[in-house]
Amino acid sequence: MATLDTQANIPAPDDFYEALIGLHRDLSDAQSALVNAKLILLLANHIGDPQVLREAMAAAREDVLVSVPTHAS
Amino acid sequence: MYQYPTYEYRRPPELDGTSRHCPVVVVGAGPVGLTVAIDLAQRGIAVLLIDDDNTVSMGSRAICYSKRTLEILDRLGCGETVASKGVRWHVGKVYQGSELAYQFDLLPDSGHRRPAFVNLQQYHFEECLVRRAQDLPALEIRWRQRVSEVTQQADRVDLSVTTDDGEYALSCDWLIACDGARSPVRQMLGLDFEGQVFRDRFLIADIHMTSDFPAERRFWFDPPFHPNQSVLLHRQPDDIWRVDFQLGWDADPELEKRADRIMPRLRAMLGPDARFEIEWASVYTFSCRRMQKFRHGRLLFAGDSAHLVSPFGARGANSGIQDADNLAWKLELVLRGLAPEVLLDSYDSERVAAADESLANSTRATDFITPKSPVSRCFRDAVLALARRHPFARGLVNSGRLSVPSVLARSPLNTADRDTFAGAMLPGTVAADAPVEGEAGAWLLEYLGGGFVLLVFGDAVDDTAARAVSEDPIGCRVVQVGGAQGAARLRVRDVQGLAAARYDGKAGTCYLLRPDQHVCARWRAFDADAVRAALACATAQV
Ligand SMILES: Cc1cc2nc3c(=O)[nH]c(=O)nc-3n(C[C@H](O)[C@H](O)[C@H](O)COP(=O)(O)OP(=O)(O)OC[C@H]3O[C@@H](n4cnc5c(N)ncnc54)[C@H](O)[C@@H]3O)c2cc1C
Repeated sequence: MATLDTQANIPAPDDFYEALIGLHRDLSDAQSALVNAKLILLLANHIGDPQVLREAMAAAREDVLVSVPTHAS
Repeated sequence: MYQYPTYEYRRPPELDGTSRHCPVVVVGAGPVGLTVAIDLAQRGIAVLLIDDDNTVSMGSRAICYSKRTLEILDRLGCGETVASKGVRWHVGKVYQGSELAYQFDLLPDSGHRRPAFVNLQQYHFEECLVRRAQDLPALEIRWRQRVSEVTQQADRVDLSVTTDDGEYALSCDWLIACDGARSPVRQMLGLDFEGQVFRDRFLIADIHMTSDFPAERRFWFDPPFHPNQSVLLHRQPDDIWRVDFQLGWDADPELEKRADRIMPRLRAMLGPDARFEIEWASVYTFSCRRMQKFRHGRLLFAGDSAHLVSPFGARGANSGIQDADNLAWKLELVLRGLAPEVLLDSYDSERVAAADESLANSTRATDFITPKSPVSRCFRDAVLALARRHPFARGLVNSGRLSVPSVLARSPLNTADRDTFAGAMLPGTVAADAPVEGEAGAWLLEYLGGGFVLLVFGDAVDDTAARAVSEDPIGCRVVQVGGAQGAARLRVRDVQGLAAARYDGKAGTCYLLRPDQHVCARWRAFDADAVRAALACATAQV
């Protein structure tokens, strides 16, 4: 089974990031949340490998409970 | 309108001084109590079945009976009555809004005697079982008598029974509590029933309507006629339709039960021209829970008294009937002194594992139907939106995973494979059906079950070997697929080759099947010692 690749793997990172933000243009928060959820499901299915998915989910949750988000002061 | 039968209360002789000790008392004549009582009585065990009511289930409640339930009832002599009265279905459609999101077919391959499901009102189902029960001399049913006290002694169980004419005492070796979700027996003994209550309410209505909608299971998420909630529609016999509306936790159950609240909901769904009347309606909530153990010494819990799931998946009655199927043969062997009492611990471990499977399925379906947080709701909607266009997402849509028999893969009664097999029939699996030709019927399952069976392919055993196997004190018949005729083996012809295909059966292959038709061992060649050892293992004699 494969493991989660966390080394740089996207050829043009800035292009990708711009496209990701652009994906949400003109959407309400609820619509954006739906788009994100669909995107996660599409990508998760493409990856398929349960081990990689588990590692990605764990990595996504890491540090979230300890870092209490604060507003810019 | 359905005419409820009335089963007569008869003044029991114990009220007038006779005392009575029974091998088995079954409390509760619902689907599960009736099944286990019939199974035991058919095995020649004297059974006393006690129920506090004098008729069948009020309202239709359970309507979807699975293929496995029908197969168990076939073994008990009433499968055909239930199957022929029920409405067959195997296609399920799931809609989001008014669009079809996903469609499934539960039984795409042919060559099985029974369909994936039949729909039948619970009162009809129980009536069929009562009729079968009344044919069995070893089974006595006492209607309108309530078990009001249960105490367990080292060597017996004492109970008090309350009737309109007063109270009397009884004792038994074994007590099977099939007294439903609120199980008075469980409560009398102060036993646990842990789990999770779901914060949602559902309106269930059985309506009489002539319509040519097909016999399919239809499930809507967020339909235009009932926005933001789900709706389920099922066809039953006698032009009765089951509609189930999700209402949400804040709904007022008393108010929602009123016809003037129900009619507009139905009207919105069925259109202005539909003609229908409400036969029965109720508002329910549900919880998913189970007892930690289903065996407490001489008390055995089966069906809703032991485990409870949501109705989405039709796992309540169907899994309870499998409890009965699992328990009856074990109790018979123990009562006859052919197996030690620890065999009953395998009832506990096998059916607890099965209940956990049902609970997991039921909890997952409930989380999909009633998402508990905004993000859960968001993923649910994302799945439904994707399902319309993308095949992968259809597998994630969960409107209830419908009951299939559990594979008792980790059962202590199984003998691990030492030979190699392809296919699905690993130890713990329920025997697959197949069309055959032979003197006892046209389906393979008609030859299996009741007692142990050695199912052999080709000329695996001769008559001497077959006799040696059947002379084991536990008893084991030999059923042979193909090969030469012999006096001590029942031979069937595998007319479509499906038995060989489903069992990966090659000349010499042997399967040992339990009295409840589960596989417990298999080999590529006959070995008398291995069969004896596997029989001993399957009856906890090791
Ligand atoms: C709305 C709804 C829909 C459902 N749909 C399905 C479905 O499609 N498929 C499915 O498989 N399941 C379904 N179920 C679940 C199913 O109805 C139950 O799982 C099933 O009835 C359980 O059977 P049981 O014999 O364990 O208990 P019950 O049917 O509850 O029977 C218990 C019996 O014990 C008797 N009793 C209780 N206490 C005593 C006492 N002290 N002395 C004597 N007798 C006593 C009661 O009178 C009753 O007759 C549904 C349930 C509901 C509510």
